[in-house]
Amino acid sequence: MLELLWIVPALPFLGFLILALIGSRMPGKTAAAIGVASIGLSALLTVFIGINFISSPPAGRVYIQTLWEWFNVAGLNPGIALRLDAVSLTFIFVITFVGFLIHLYSVEYMEGEEGYSRFFAYMNLFVGSMLMLVLGDNLVLLYLGWEGVGLCSYLLIGFWYKDPANGYAARKAFIVTRVGDTAMAIGLFILFTELGSLNIGRLLEVAPLNWPVGSSMPVLAAALLLGGAVGKSAQLPLQTWLPDAMAGPTPVSALIHAATMVTAGVYLIARMHVIFTLAPVVLTIVGVIGALTLLLAGFSALTQHDIKRVLAYSTISQIGYMFLALGVGAWSAAVFHFMIHAFFKALLFLGAGVVILALHHEQNMFKMGGVRKMIPVTFWTFLIGSASLAALPLVTGGFYSKDLILFYAFDGERANRWLYAAGLLGALITALYTTRMVLLTFFGEAKTHLHHKPTWIMEMPLVVLAVLSTFGGFVELPHTLGHLTLFSDFMQTILPGNQVAEGGISTELILQLTAAVTAILGIFIAYMLYYKNPERVTALRRSAFGSRLHAFWKKGWGFDWLYDTLFVNPIVWIAEVNKSDFIDLIYTFIAWVNRMFNRAFSFTQSGRLRWYAMGIALGAIITLTIAVFL
Amino acid sequence: MNTVPMESGLVLAGILFILGFIGVLVRRNIVFILLSLEVMLNAAGLAFIFAGSRWVQADGQVMFIFILAMAAAEVSVGLALILQIFRDFKTLDADAANNMRG
Repeated sequence: MLELLWIVPALPFLGFLILALIGSRMPGKTAAAIGVASIGLSALLTVFIGINFISSPPAGRVYIQTLWEWFNVAGLNPGIALRLDAVSLTFIFVITFVGFLIHLYSVEYMEGEEGYSRFFAYMNLFVGSMLMLVLGDNLVLLYLGWEGVGLCSYLLIGFWYKDPANGYAARKAFIVTRVGDTAMAIGLFILFTELGSLNIGRLLEVAPLNWPVGSSMPVLAAALLLGGAVGKSAQLPLQTWLPDAMAGPTPVSALIHAATMVTAGVYLIARMHVIFTLAPVVLTIVGVIGALTLLLAGFSALTQHDIKRVLAYSTISQIGYMFLALGVGAWSAAVFHFMIHAFFKALLFLGAGVVILALHHEQNMFKMGGVRKMIPVTFWTFLIGSASLAALPLVTGGFYSKDLILFYAFDGERANRWLYAAGLLGALITALYTTRMVLLTFFGEAKTHLHHKPTWIMEMPLVVLAVLSTFGGFVELPHTLGHLTLFSDFMQTILPGNQVAEGGISTELILQLTAAVTAILGIFIAYMLYYKNPERVTALRRSAFGSRLHAFWKKGWGFDWLYDTLFVNPIVWIAEVNKSDFIDLIYTFIAWVNRMFNRAFSFTQSGRLRWYAMGIALGAIITLTIAVFL
Repeated sequence: MNTVPMESGLVLAGILFILGFIGVLVRRNIVFILLSLEVMLNAAGLAFIFAGSRWVQADGQVMFIFILAMAAAEVSVGLALILQIFRDFKTLDADAANNMRG
């Protein structure tokens, strides 16, 4: 069964090829069927492979399938080889399964759009590339997938390319992530020159033998890899592209910019955990970046008007939690939160998509309101997703995954009270903005009429994701509540575990109560502020300081302005100054000299016989003079 | 027998040559240019004659005969060209035939 693994990424690529070659000539329904079926079969196969893998695990809990050797240059011989273990299995499950649901949803969402088959072609290519990223057994193949998903992200953000703003957002996403990718490429070069291989399994074995903990090489390599992860996962300081990436269609935001691609950075760090463990400084930085990002993005999400931008900032913030988990060495907790987050964030984006479509492409939450009666299924599933995002205690998956991270931040091997405090504050803010979003969107008075009523194609994915984001959390229960460690046991076949320092169950209970109270407090405050007496918020926003702070947060803490001032404007200025290209002057001068000679010679070529005779005589006289006198 | 000194002979040949050359440069009528060329050729021939008598060698006179033969050939070709030019341009002005200017 496991040897069928290669079909999982091959199916989406096949779907892409068919759609790219003849997609525009086939009817829309056929194109959609191919796009959805390829991912659906892939997901089905993943489920079978997963069952097989868990019931009869291969030796060493790692299954490697080498298809062929990619190239062999100067000792670098990466193969097209797939590596299946607990981490990549979790990732491919989420990618294919959530990917399938989102493809299905897109059938209706994108109906009647120009470039219907193009959309599915790009989406299939994305899923294929993402599968290569997580299945690649060497970092070169991972990098191929990494750039592939970057390309698809670019293509899909700019899907409605006729609006120049979308093209701008696509270019921004591409260029900003490229900054990180460059760092990552250099990191790969260092790993190869120092350790002589880019095979993941070999790197993890060799690195601890060659490098002592905290020496400069692993710190450098880990920092450069972190650069790539930060770019892809939209963390500080490269987070500015993700809110603008919402210019793409909503299913794209759900699949690429919430569930899968943006978590590639988390995957990379979890994959290279040995290198990061050898560089504790960088691992601390990972945690600090996560904590700062989750707070900054949380405050920004609090002030957005556009529902998709709220979700975008919320994604940045939740990935911040994953980075925090990685930073405190809670590897499996990070992957666990990735999985739950993929479920509920995809659900929220798809739910938001239904609302946006229902209200005729209205994204401003202040113009929504009161749609809960019109689209009840969407409302209830969206509510479940929001509860998971806000980490409502006991009944949601988000509570268990986030609680696990906070627990390790407080009590794990690399516990750090500051990171814990940031995470707790972040949880409060998360509950605040989530409740605000739900209240503004679904409650209050209806401001518009219903434009499009979703059918089962759009509602089925919502229901499935709602079930997953609730019950997905129950595979890992804390000591106080049933003590189930299915997920972390599974992860610890690959990722190192995290020893809890001291305190035992009572500490854990206190931490859980704190987290639970924080979440409920956040929801309560938001309810009071945005539903009971919204005039207080309005008054706060009207005040001089409040309005300035609101604008500052709404613009994402002025990072765009900072980068415009620091990087964009100087380059634009240089381009402006150098419009005539002063380096080119050297070459234009050479060309000018040649042209002058040409003009002079063509002047002597007068066609008059007597001129030529004069020329011959002059030449003869000069030659004789030289011969005689010199 | 008194011989003309070679220096004065060469000066005479030089003056003739320069006169002929000036004729080539300043005359626009192509027939006169051909005439001036003949003067130059004969100036060169004169120089050979003087050199031959100076060293008492027959080679100078042999060369002169060569020059005569060459001049005859040149004139026949030149006159043919002149006829052709006159037919094409309806003039004997050498400067009119400047179609090949750059």
